[in-house]
Amino acid sequence: VSFALVLAEITGTRVLQTLFAGVALGAKYALVALGFVIIFKATGVINFAQASFVTLGAYLTYTAFNTWGWNFYVAIGVAMVGCALVGVAVEAAVLGRMVGQPPFTLIMVTIGILYVLDNVITAIWGPEQLDMRAPFAGTTTEVGGVVLAHRELWSIGITVVVLIAFFLFFRYSSLGLAMRATALDQEAAMAQGINPRVVFRTSWAIAGTVAALAGVMLASGPAALNPSIGLIALAAFPAMILGGLDSPLGAVVGGLIIGLVQQFTALLQPEYAPWLGTSFERVSPYLVMIVILLVRPYGLFGTKEVRRV
Amino acid sequence: MAALSMPFTRVRGGRPHRNLATDRRADLRVFPGPFAKLGVVGLVALYVVIPGQLENPDLNILALCGIYAIAALGLNLLTGYAGQVSLGHATFFGTGAFAANWFATRWDLNILLYLPLAAAMGFLLGLAVGPFALRLRGNYLAIVTLGLLFVGEHVFNNWRSVTGGSRGTPSGEMRAVIGPFDFEDLEVAGVVYERPQSMFWLIWAVVAIVAVLVKNVARTRPGRALQAVRDRDVSAEAIGVSLARTKIAAFAVSGALAALAGGLYAVWKEYVNTADFGGQLGLLLSITFVAMIIIGGVGTVMGGIIGALIVWGGQELIKKYSDSGLLSWFIQDPTNAEDPSWFSVGEFNNIVFGLAIIAFLMVEPRGVAALWLRVKAYFLTWPFRY
Repeated sequence: VSFALVLAEITGTRVLQTLFAGVALGAKYALVALGFVIIFKATGVINFAQASFVTLGAYLTYTAFNTWGWNFYVAIGVAMVGCALVGVAVEAAVLGRMVGQPPFTLIMVTIGILYVLDNVITAIWGPEQLDMRAPFAGTTTEVGGVVLAHRELWSIGITVVVLIAFFLFFRYSSLGLAMRATALDQEAAMAQGINPRVVFRTSWAIAGTVAALAGVMLASGPAALNPSIGLIALAAFPAMILGGLDSPLGAVVGGLIIGLVQQFTALLQPEYAPWLGTSFERVSPYLVMIVILLVRPYGLFGTKEVRRV
Repeated sequence: MAALSMPFTRVRGGRPHRNLATDRRADLRVFPGPFAKLGVVGLVALYVVIPGQLENPDLNILALCGIYAIAALGLNLLTGYAGQVSLGHATFFGTGAFAANWFATRWDLNILLYLPLAAAMGFLLGLAVGPFALRLRGNYLAIVTLGLLFVGEHVFNNWRSVTGGSRGTPSGEMRAVIGPFDFEDLEVAGVVYERPQSMFWLIWAVVAIVAVLVKNVARTRPGRALQAVRDRDVSAEAIGVSLARTKIAAFAVSGALAALAGGLYAVWKEYVNTADFGGQLGLLLSITFVAMIIIGGVGTVMGGIIGALIVWGGQELIKKYSDSGLLSWFIQDPTNAEDPSWFSVGEFNNIVFGLAIIAFLMVEPRGVAALWLRVKAYFLTWPFRY
């Protein structure tokens, strides 16, 4: 009897509401994961400092909008440019000099950058909770009993736009072609006159831009801006790995899967499997990632690495 | 360093140093020369003398350095020798801390039993994690071990009967009695020592035992297998090294040493805080271990110990002298709100920590130990250059 009761409680609007929350969360993961993928595809670096770019983007928007009083959308643009510049600076100062190092070294270098940037950000803006006061922060629309927060709709919309922009950029621009060529075979690309340095810096700039957008979306809720919003990047790792390290489409699909898994675990697990403990949804992305990796070691859309002696 | 072949000794105009390893047997020596023996004597002398010379707060810093050094030695076996990345070592450390506390208080065991049992729990966890390294490599493995941190945090938070849930558990009841010596309350030949002094002796004795153990693993057949797997795993398999056994054993032994360090931490700290081993702080602890071996020296035994002293000791030194000279210029005085300096002590420490990782990886990826090895190699191989 209680089982049927639970089922009755968890039907209809609650499922739809969870579906929406999952897609919205997945969109944020996807934005962060896209930043990871674009850098990895071009340079072979897993950039842990992406977390700092996310935080920096949110704080730059905050300052341009609330302190300088600029238009909100202009402020986002400022943050995107700022993060892109920081990305290029990081590439020029550190990672550009470390091409060809083993993955472990590259990961640790970006972790070092993460600690430097994160603490500089905290030193500048302080550890307090801040309120972004984004124009779409508190507004909602109700459709058939499902409450759609506008900031979540914005996250989904921006992810879709970014994905389309990615597709157009890589498909039709000559720089996009150069980046695809470099990802495929760096030496052959250089022989065709492509400058890998330009390609590397462009990918860091794009990653910074996307990270700034992700930061704004994460911080747009009421009093949601604090120095640890970048930690979502840790939860975006499963999304990136799940899709395959070098696939932009994989990042988005992985993000959606992780977002949905997390929200539906939060909905269902306390009712059906309470023995798994409180806040089990926080580990569910990692468990999904581990299972999928054991079945497909290079993710869903990743390129299989060929090894020779 | 690989054994060098003989022809070098016949070049006219000079002969390499007599301590230079020119064959397999010489390369396996524990003491490569008389100075190595002298060095050991010096270290033993320091070990005996230090607790009488330093103040208690400094001894506590050194004790924690020693605990971290044990974990770093274990991680160096895994990362430095076997080339497998782990960002999840805080979970092994935490497992050891909770296990040691549980065995010590529930089963009322002696330290000679509960520390090995804690290490055994780390070993078992390593056995469980190791197989992932067979299927996954490099970047993918790093992220999966990152996942271990979050799974570990979840288990620690929810297994309340053992861990006390998210608040952690006091571990002051753990006794540290070995034979006639009670390290909580040490009295030798009528002289009573304070707790920080006896804890220093206990912890650094374990560091020495672990260092000898790791050195012996590294210089014999298992160590060569680990290095072959690190350098190129497909080739290692082709010459008969079992990848499965080697990688899983590396994870298990490394996990056991981290858990042993965790057990000592529980004894020393008298409180085990769950938050230290999972999530953000757990990641910081794991990365601190990795930073220790990078800065100390990847793939050397001394590297883990030097790294622990530099990374942890350095942070504590900055904390201690944050109000003096150049440092006060950067670091804010927490009691003075007017102080225009930029950073809090914690922020400044983390920035220095990050910059040190970046600087070492860019300039000297083999760490402080490599500086010494390079000087040594210069004199040993003189007049030859490499």
